[in-house]
Amino acid sequence: MIMPKQLNLLWLQSGGCGGCTMSLLNAEQPNVFDAFKNSHINLLWHASLSANPSNDFAQIIDDIRSNKVQLDILCVEGAAVTGPDGTGGFHMVSGMDIPMMTLIDQLAQKSLYTLAIGSCTAYGGMTRSNKNQTDVKGLQYVAEQKGGLLGSDYVSKSNMPVINIAGCPAHPEWILHTIQAIALERFDENELDTVQRPKFYTEHLAHHACPKNEYYEYKASAATPGQAGCLMENLGCKATQAAADCNIRLWNGHGSCPKAGYACINCTAPGFEEPGHAFSETPKLAGIPIGLPTDMPKAWFIALSSLSKAATPERIKTNARSETIKISPDMAKNKGNAKK
Amino acid sequence: MTRKISLGPLNRVEGDLDIQLSLDENEHFIKEAQVKSTLYRGFENLLTGKAVMDALAITPRVCGICSISQSVAAAKAIADFAKTPMAENGQKVTNILLASEMVADILTHFYLFFMPDFTQPAYSKKAWSDEVNSSFTAVSGKQHGLMLKARAEFLHIMGILAGKWPHSMVFQPGGVSKTVSLSEQIKLLGIMANFKSYLEQVVFGDKLENIANLQNQTELENWQHRHSFSHSDFSMFLGISNDLSLSEFGASSGQLLAFPAFEQDNNNYYRGGVFLDNQIQALATSNIVEHHDFAKLYGDKFSPVSGLTQPDINKKDAYTWCKAPRYDNKVMETGSLARQFINGESLALSLVNSTGTNIHNRMILRLVELAKLTLQIENWIKDIEPKNTFCHQIKMPKEGQGIGLSEAARGSLGHWLTVENGKISNYQLVAPTSWNFSPRDNQGIPGALEQSLAKLPYQSEQDKQMLQHIIRSFDPCMLCTVH
Repeated sequence: MIMPKQLNLLWLQSGGCGGCTMSLLNAEQPNVFDAFKNSHINLLWHASLSANPSNDFAQIIDDIRSNKVQLDILCVEGAAVTGPDGTGGFHMVSGMDIPMMTLIDQLAQKSLYTLAIGSCTAYGGMTRSNKNQTDVKGLQYVAEQKGGLLGSDYVSKSNMPVINIAGCPAHPEWILHTIQAIALERFDENELDTVQRPKFYTEHLAHHACPKNEYYEYKASAATPGQAGCLMENLGCKATQAAADCNIRLWNGHGSCPKAGYACINCTAPGFEEPGHAFSETPKLAGIPIGLPTDMPKAWFIALSSLSKAATPERIKTNARSETIKISPDMAKNKGNAKK
Repeated sequence: MTRKISLGPLNRVEGDLDIQLSLDENEHFIKEAQVKSTLYRGFENLLTGKAVMDALAITPRVCGICSISQSVAAAKAIADFAKTPMAENGQKVTNILLASEMVADILTHFYLFFMPDFTQPAYSKKAWSDEVNSSFTAVSGKQHGLMLKARAEFLHIMGILAGKWPHSMVFQPGGVSKTVSLSEQIKLLGIMANFKSYLEQVVFGDKLENIANLQNQTELENWQHRHSFSHSDFSMFLGISNDLSLSEFGASSGQLLAFPAFEQDNNNYYRGGVFLDNQIQALATSNIVEHHDFAKLYGDKFSPVSGLTQPDINKKDAYTWCKAPRYDNKVMETGSLARQFINGESLALSLVNSTGTNIHNRMILRLVELAKLTLQIENWIKDIEPKNTFCHQIKMPKEGQGIGLSEAARGSLGHWLTVENGKISNYQLVAPTSWNFSPRDNQGIPGALEQSLAKLPYQSEQDKQMLQHIIRSFDPCMLCTVH
């Protein structure tokens, strides 16, 4: 019997919040450790999880640098901090006298696959907002601009660009399914979208399967937090533009941002941290939201919206502006009170 | 010549931590320790010029571990600024979510960060070694899979009430944006029932009520005598702690700090306060000052009301990005132990009065808090009134200030907000591990962990291992520390 190949995985953290690791621990059926075991992933180092005493870290790094140990999967969580003045001094590796950005670069030259875990690592993320005061970079992008820490031509030893598991945080299955697909040798460049995210979760919109879809159809909108209506017209929701399967896959077994009554802020997109307006307010021009669904002609959208608004049943209009359902479908049916 | 030793990168803590030890000439003991936070992101400066409500999107991302604590402090700072009360249902949902984050954190800390240290080679000759290795070895220990499953299923509470965890924007100054139906309320109670049975069978080996009702050190010792070492993970920890005398290590200044947390009606479940000069006193936030002398930041000292965060990477003698917060110029310890002691809870009073602040007491009180908060979450779920409002509307003034105080798993968290022309003009946050892992202040007095490590022996492998227990007994979160 041929033993399945063991894959060495090393996980570094830099200019982020550790939230993607926390999200990873939410994985179910199986949990993260079992998922690694089932896919024959050998965890060389993860600062939060691995057993190794700290003096092993330098040894592991040396072994990879000198090709004694093969690095199959490099996961980086958090943006590369290049400030001040390109020195990387805002994040020095603890116990080693080098900037973390240098270590990331060195290891990325050795790895078979390089994974940017979360939107910070992919595109810069929240730390980039407000004029990027610490000069953070994504591994291969800064917001929409290709380049980043490793440069636009970078490919890992498997001839793949950086795999951007964007999201703030990334869903545990987005991370694990990518790693597991790599272990199955089923993950190549065709699996990536135009900004190098795995297609399996970005070929959907966060809007798909949103439980508020009936309100959306009629543009029956919530005006304040807690109201049941659609969050797109007033409260900043970008789910109709956001590439992610949040409402299909669901978070922590049950949830999504709109399901809990607050806006999708398009956290899987490059540059989401600087929307150009307050996160929970929809910018409008002459009363019409600026950020309409990306691939729909504006005139059509406006025409359809005015038509559907005019046709909104009383049930939907009333419920949209209240915290609890005031008119249920059975009441509406019996009263026959759909608006003529 | 004193030799300097770096312990970094310290793993199984949240975020980047390095500790530099200076040994005496004979290299027998630690003369002094410097705690170094090595990552600077400048989160406070991300908020300047932004819309006030943007704090609810930005501040949770300070830290993926304490994300809800950050959201709650931000929502409270805005509520204080806008002089808005929180809807009662909003308070309850907020409390459930904040307590759930703490409970999940206590489990993660105990199983993934703290217990694996007892599987290190320094203890291979101990009678308990084989059993502890099989249970708690990092990644492969048999208790980790059980914990991760129970934790993930418990965090379905987040899915239902917060949409996701971490980084939820459900928290509002007037309450929460999620309403809860009767059916959801019942579902939440079902999740709690499953989680309680995991805690009772695996973690404690006893009813949660019995753990929560342990009144003093004697009752705790009696509990231990009635249960074998292998009875539960709690009893294993008690056995190890006795064997290694963990109550004799890790003392800090003994001065304690807690902020009020878990609002309910006009009260707080944790009342907050300080323990100074051997008495519990009321909290006055005006006594909080952050010293910059050994932080790589401009300036000398600031009240967080008008604080400044501006990097000065080449500053002389500075060795960390962490400011040194002080209360009335005193070094304070904050965390689970502090908030229960200041709340007057009898087991905390008994343990701390008899042996002070140390590894054993921090760990025991954290586990007891796990039992207490789990029971309390159930009460808050039952108290939700699905027909009442969950969120009051707020009217935002153009100018003013607000303070938002709360507790995170590892201690007191405060946000200080200043608004001018309808935009945030200054935002400062002081996090729990900023207190515990602070550098020296302007009097040269070391921070809480630095004090705990000084003068310790540093010869045998067990001596060296003890440092690791002390460091992790604070449950540090380095991402919050510097922010």
